[in-house]
Formats: sequence, C-alpha cells, structure tokens
Amino acid sequence: MNIPDKLKFTREHEWVRIEGDIAFVGITDYAQGELGDIVYVEIESVGQNLQKDDVFGTVEAVKAVSELFMPISGEVLALNDELETQPETVNSDPYKGGWMIKIKIFDSKELDQLLDADAYKLLIGA
Amino acid sequence: MKTTAFLSIHEALGARLVEFAGYKMPVVYSSIKEEHLNIRNNVGVFDVSHMGEFMVSGPHAHDLVQYVTTNDIDRLQPGAAQYSCLPNEQGGIVDDLLVYFIAKDRYLLVVNASNIEKDWNWIVAHNQVGAQIENESDQIAQLAVQGPNAIKVLQKLTRVPLDEIEYYHFTYGPLAGVENVLISATGYTGSGGVELYFPNKYAKQVWEAIFDAGKAFGTEPAGLGARDTLRLEMGFCLYGNDINENTSPLEAGLGWITKLKAPGNKFINKDFFIRQKEAGLKRKLIGFELIDRGIPRHDYRILNHTGSVIGRVTSGTQSPLLNKAIGMGYVDLEHSKTGSEIFIEVRNKALKAIVQKTPFYKQA
Repeated sequence: MNIPDKLKFTREHEWVRIEGDIAFVGITDYAQGELGDIVYVEIESVGQNLQKDDVFGTVEAVKAVSELFMPISGEVLALNDELETQPETVNSDPYKGGWMIKIKIFDSKELDQLLDADAYKLLIGA
Repeated sequence: MKTTAFLSIHEALGARLVEFAGYKMPVVYSSIKEEHLNIRNNVGVFDVSHMGEFMVSGPHAHDLVQYVTTNDIDRLQPGAAQYSCLPNEQGGIVDDLLVYFIAKDRYLLVVNASNIEKDWNWIVAHNQVGAQIENESDQIAQLAVQGPNAIKVLQKLTRVPLDEIEYYHFTYGPLAGVENVLISATGYTGSGGVELYFPNKYAKQVWEAIFDAGKAFGTEPAGLGARDTLRLEMGFCLYGNDINENTSPLEAGLGWITKLKAPGNKFINKDFFIRQKEAGLKRKLIGFELIDRGIPRHDYRILNHTGSVIGRVTSGTQSPLLNKAIGMGYVDLEHSKTGSEIFIEVRNKALKAIVQKTPFYKQA
C-alpha cells in the first residue's frame, strides 16, 4: 500500500498536497483499490467556494459509486481534465496523474485536522 | 457463511472475497475490466459452485419438472438443456434456472444460490405427483470456463470431442482425471465455453489441471464482478435485479421460455400468463444506452422528457468492452420501443438515454 509521507489525508480517503495557499486533492491508493476500475470522475464544482466536508464530485467505478469530499474549505480553482478521457489514471497513479482538484485554501488552521501518513496507515490498518 | 470447495485457492490468489447469497465468493482477482476483456478475447474461469443443484428422478420426474417450469420440457432430447423459470402464483418469478434432461425419468435443475432454500421448498410443496427430489447443492462443485479459447484449453484434458457439443447441450465424460464430469455447453457470458459440474472433492485437481492446460492461452480466474458485467452486455437477466417475485416473465422479455401454446406444457399459473398476453403488457424490460455521461445503477428512476417517472433501472454498469454506460429497466409500454428517448435520474440530474435492443454486445 502506497502512502506517501509528504501528503496529508482524510478519514474519507482523500489525500491533500499543500503548496503554499494552494492544495491538490485526490483519493488514496487504498480508496482506488477498494473502488476497483474507475470509469468516470464527475466534478462540477470548479469556481465554487466549498466548506470542509462538502461534496466536490463523484467517482464511479464499475461496481460502485462514491462521493468526493472537500478535505478543507476553499475555492475549487481547477480540475484534472485528463481524467475526463482517462479516469483509470486514478487507479494506476492515484497520487500524481490521478489528482482531481486544485483548491485555494481559505483557512490554513484547518490543515491541522488532517491526518499524517502514520495516522492514515493506522486508520486503514496498513 | 458457506464456502465453496475452491475457497483456499481464491485466498491464495489474493481474490477480494465478499458475501454473496450466503457464500464467501470472489468478486474480483485483479480487475473487473481485465477479467471481463480476458473472457471476451481469451478464456477465464469462474467458480460458480454456489449455484444450487436439484436432481429430480423417478417415473413422475417429467410431470413435476413440466409443472413447475414455464418452458416446455417435451422439446428436449436427452443431452439437451433449456433455460426456464419457476412461475409463482401471483404472476411473478420464484427463480430462473437451467433444466438438464439427463435421461428418461432424470432431470437436473440448476438454480440461483440465493434461492436454493426457497426453490427447494417451492418445488417440494408442488410435488403432488410424487417425484423424487434430491438437493445436491452442497456436494457439487461448478466451474464456468468461458471465452473463445475455452474449448481449446479443456480439450487438452478430455477425450470427449468438445466442439461436437452443441450450444445448450451436454454430456458426461472424463475430464482432468475425474470420471463423469457433466460438461455443458452453456454459460452466462455470451463468449462461448462450457460449464463443468463434478463432486467437491475434485475441486483442486480440476482447477489446477485447467490452469496448467491453459497457461499457453493466458487463462485467468474471473470473479462475480466480471460475471455481472459480461451478462449485462448480453442483456441476460439477473434474478433479484431484473426479475423477481413481482415481475412477469412476459414483461421481462422471457416469453420465449414461457411456452403458452403447447397443450402438454401445463404449469403453475399458466392461465394468468395467457390472459396477460391477450390483454397486452403494461410495462417491459428494456435495454438502454446512456448518451449523457454517467453510470446507471440498480433502482435509479427512469423519466420521460417531462420528468415524470416511467420506470426503474434494474441493472446498470459501464460496459468494459463497449466503453459505454448501459443498463436495463422496466418502463411503461409506450416508452419501450427501440430508439425511444428516455432519461435516467442520476444524482438529481436527468441523463439522456436511448432504448436499445439487447444484446449490447454482438459477437464478432
């Protein structure tokens, strides 16, 4: 199970990569494995200001559908449009090519509530 | 939870195991997509030992099987099988099943795992003629070896000329060193192949022989996930999803296994279906393809262009082969014509779909 040390995580199995006041968000290796073959990533929240835990999109796998939650409050600045034609990248490369949205962080204090790699490992029993 | 004789093999292969119909079953080994495509292009092996097997025998076997099933077993020769269903007394379906005509006074019924107990009680309760019935479900292992190369792989394991077994026919013969394996040219995938029935104690022996013989062909195990997407590309009904106690076989497009004309085919509630056919159906099970982007799922609502509910999705997925979102569902008759525009409600959005003839997948 790949759980990069440099990332932060949520209990909903999203990862967050922080670059100043910008964050990139995707789903973890564990999450993609649980979902199986991902066939569609639907994100219609670009341009919206969303609160922590709001739904920013949906991921559809062959067998299952799952909502995607904001790990922190922010404005959704962009989505990864490569996933439109190649949603399977979320399976093959969840932490890099499989990123889903780019956010402008509203309140950096919220970052403290995210899990670090060790805490996330504990959560999924890895 | 029950297990099949192949459990330790699934565990060793790292399968994702889930409870299905009370059995611990492999849903996926590597990826549903890969397993699906491997069966369309090559050959895959499913453990389907959870299926139930009832042996009906004795001088009254014919009359019992004819009475509890909608299809006409008088059309069968020994060595032939047919798809059929058990009608209930309210116009619905107790289960769908395969009927194997083994010999005079001997029929094998293969039923869904989720319905073994229900079907058993139902058939026993309607056995007024006094046929003998045995529930052999816990003794029989079943593998479905499916795909265009299935016969090539299995032919290495038997002297029975497999390509001579016609579709929906079967024979008993030695295979992989096991005597009297029931070799049946049937399946639930639309890619050809056979289903094998044999006693549980040979499970490991048969599995290993198939994978040894199949190495050169890229034989891979396949789980229930791929089984579902494969059958859906073919528009085959899944009991519990597309058919149930409240759906008529006529509505489900199973008129072809509901033989109303043959006078010798007397079965439970036949008069109801004759009347239903004469009166005309009010709804029908249709196939559809999504035009807008999204995936239909079981129980999503089907709408017309004004947003009124005209039915429900019974099965849906992204077709791994066609790369399109496909599904089935019941709609009011007026919307059931091929080419009709309908809408599937996905997360409060009405996504456009077109009614399509099944199978979605047409074999090359």
